[in-house]
Amino acid sequence: MTKKNFEITVDRKLCKACGICVAFCPVSVFSRDHDDKAVVTCPAKCTGCRQCELLCPDYCVRVEEIVHE
Amino acid sequence: MNDAKLLAGSDACVFGALAAGVRFFAGYPITPSSEIANLFARELPKLGGKFMQMEDEIASMGAVIGASCAGLKAITATSGPGFSLKQENIGFAAEAEIPCVIINVMRYGPSTGLPTTSSQGDFMQTRWGTHGDHAIIVIAPYTAREAYRETGRAVNLSERYRIPVIILLDEILSHLRERVEFKEEDIVTVIDRKGPVPGTPYLPYEDTDDMIPPFAGFGDGYRYHITGLIHDKTGFPTSDPGTIDRVMRRMNGKLDYYRDKIVRVKYVDVDNADVLIVAFGSVARSAEEVVRSMKKAGKRVGLLRPVTLWPFPDREIREAAAGKRAVIVPEMNLGQMVREVERAVAGTVPIHPLNRIDGGLITPHEISDLIEELL
Amino acid sequence: MDAIHRKYLRMDKLPHIWCPGCGNGIIMGSFIRAIDRLGYDQDSVAAVSGIGCSGRITGYMDFNTLHTTHGRALAFATGLKMAKPGLKVFVFMGDGDATAIGGNHLIHACRRNIDMTAIIFNNHIYGMTGGQYSPTTPRDAYATTAPYGTMDPHFDIAKLCVGAGASYVARGTSYHAKMLTDLIVEGAEHKGFSVIEIITHCPVNFGRRNELETPVDMLLWQKDHALRMAKAAKMTDDELKDRFVIGRIHRADIPEYVEEYDRLIEMVRKGDTDRG
Repeated sequence: MTKKNFEITVDRKLCKACGICVAFCPVSVFSRDHDDKAVVTCPAKCTGCRQCELLCPDYCVRVEEIVHE
Repeated sequence: MNDAKLLAGSDACVFGALAAGVRFFAGYPITPSSEIANLFARELPKLGGKFMQMEDEIASMGAVIGASCAGLKAITATSGPGFSLKQENIGFAAEAEIPCVIINVMRYGPSTGLPTTSSQGDFMQTRWGTHGDHAIIVIAPYTAREAYRETGRAVNLSERYRIPVIILLDEILSHLRERVEFKEEDIVTVIDRKGPVPGTPYLPYEDTDDMIPPFAGFGDGYRYHITGLIHDKTGFPTSDPGTIDRVMRRMNGKLDYYRDKIVRVKYVDVDNADVLIVAFGSVARSAEEVVRSMKKAGKRVGLLRPVTLWPFPDREIREAAAGKRAVIVPEMNLGQMVREVERAVAGTVPIHPLNRIDGGLITPHEISDLIEELL
Repeated sequence: MDAIHRKYLRMDKLPHIWCPGCGNGIIMGSFIRAIDRLGYDQDSVAAVSGIGCSGRITGYMDFNTLHTTHGRALAFATGLKMAKPGLKVFVFMGDGDATAIGGNHLIHACRRNIDMTAIIFNNHIYGMTGGQYSPTTPRDAYATTAPYGTMDPHFDIAKLCVGAGASYVARGTSYHAKMLTDLIVEGAEHKGFSVIEIITHCPVNFGRRNELETPVDMLLWQKDHALRMAKAAKMTDDELKDRFVIGRIHRADIPEYVEEYDRLIEMVRKGDTDRG
């Protein structure tokens, strides 16, 4: 079975820089930028657990599975 | 409609409300208004309506507003202490423009006061009981027959104008049982609230020409927001000064715009009178007797009886008082309505308050004695 | 942000007013996922709220929404449900809202057993007014009205509701967001009055005064202190000290009030006069 790939996006406009997604991502996909907002730095590590989506209080993180033809 | 009935004021209120289409009551037991709840509990299920005895007065008012949001005509009944407790939610109904009727059977206060004793001490509270500028209508019947008709009218006014309406009885009127002969004019016509126009976008607090936004019931397919926060025409909170000013002036302005349709006064021998009595509720019964007995004695006394207390019938009183030697304002309090009469008459005629606060009804003798002194 | 948010949220009202990291946003996310799973038509859902930070939730969700007075959401909801039983009614309250000013309505709603779901955001503090202690603030915690530590014992909301006769009681957390959706679904599907107490976090007005500096610290505290029922059952009282149980706590099959009232109407209309 091949590893699934995911595209992760953060809506900077909605992000309030709380740091929850950064802290709770089990594989450290995110880091924080100069405004402390979340940025996606290691998307390849994503396992698709969606903890970031579930715990983001501002709905700015989105995880989408990349489907290869 | 021609059959005679023996009715208490409280019974008449219930039957008037049911005739106007009320199908929901929520209340809490309190003397001297409990008979109203008792009768609603018996009658509502017969009509497919619902009665709820809530955990307190505040909850009763909340449940009434909730039921009204879902489209039912809803009512509650209480007395002094309970009326005080309901005030915050009455303010919500005023601000969110939710139709509802509150029957307040006045008892002697403040506080626990004299629970089984009549009073007119809530005159000002009915108008200014909740905080902030708000629109409210207050109606005070003086017989069981009128209690029937006016409670029906209260329901209709509330539904039509989206303003909370208070029926103000006192302990005497509520408990007094009298023979009532209903006539053609007592028939309560049913008026329903104005709904949204299907196929057009719904703005829950739209600034329509008639100043009354259409009211969609919850669950009728219009998803919108109701809040006690100051809101714009979409129903959502606003802090924009221009919008706040416009919305609040519309809401409060409904009272001025529809004043003549709301205000009702009754005149007895006013035109040729030397002395005018202004009285409402059970005190107006004594005053009516004074007009009758003094007429027999050749004295010209008239009565102006406000049926609508708020908006206060200031214009009618000013006109009726013009040229009189005196205006007498008997009240079972230390002088509340008299302030409004003074404002209306504005110094053109001498005004004499007559106040009784020992728990007893002001008798015809007390009024006629004062008139004798003045004439 | 995905399709579910766009469907159930009033997008033009976002971003919401809640502070960075606030649990309320997480709860709202769990709630709309529950509605989606339940498959309820949005027109048939009524969301009623009280006053405080939690009370603002109704402004953001695209249902029939009613933002009432402080503590009174259940009273308004009672009228709403009685008047239109077809509505799916959800009532959102904070801990002060539900158990202090609205405590009377809460216990009586539990007793009455009207088919609706109360969702209580228990962040142990009055957030919107600036961090005053509430009936659920743990003893000795700091608050703006308890500068030397709280001396009031606190309520256990779930226990209170079980005691008052609620027919379904569950407790979740804002950390266990997925489980929270499951509990809301189960509570909604339960016939009768259901209560979902949610242990959530107020980073600004509780956490910062009580050695939980960030939203992350607060969520980790939830993770460390929450226990599933099965696990808790095997632990001693001493081990359970300062921990709390999550999951379904109570479920009972008792007559539902609106249905009972409809039966009463039917009976009275037939001319019967005695329910018994």
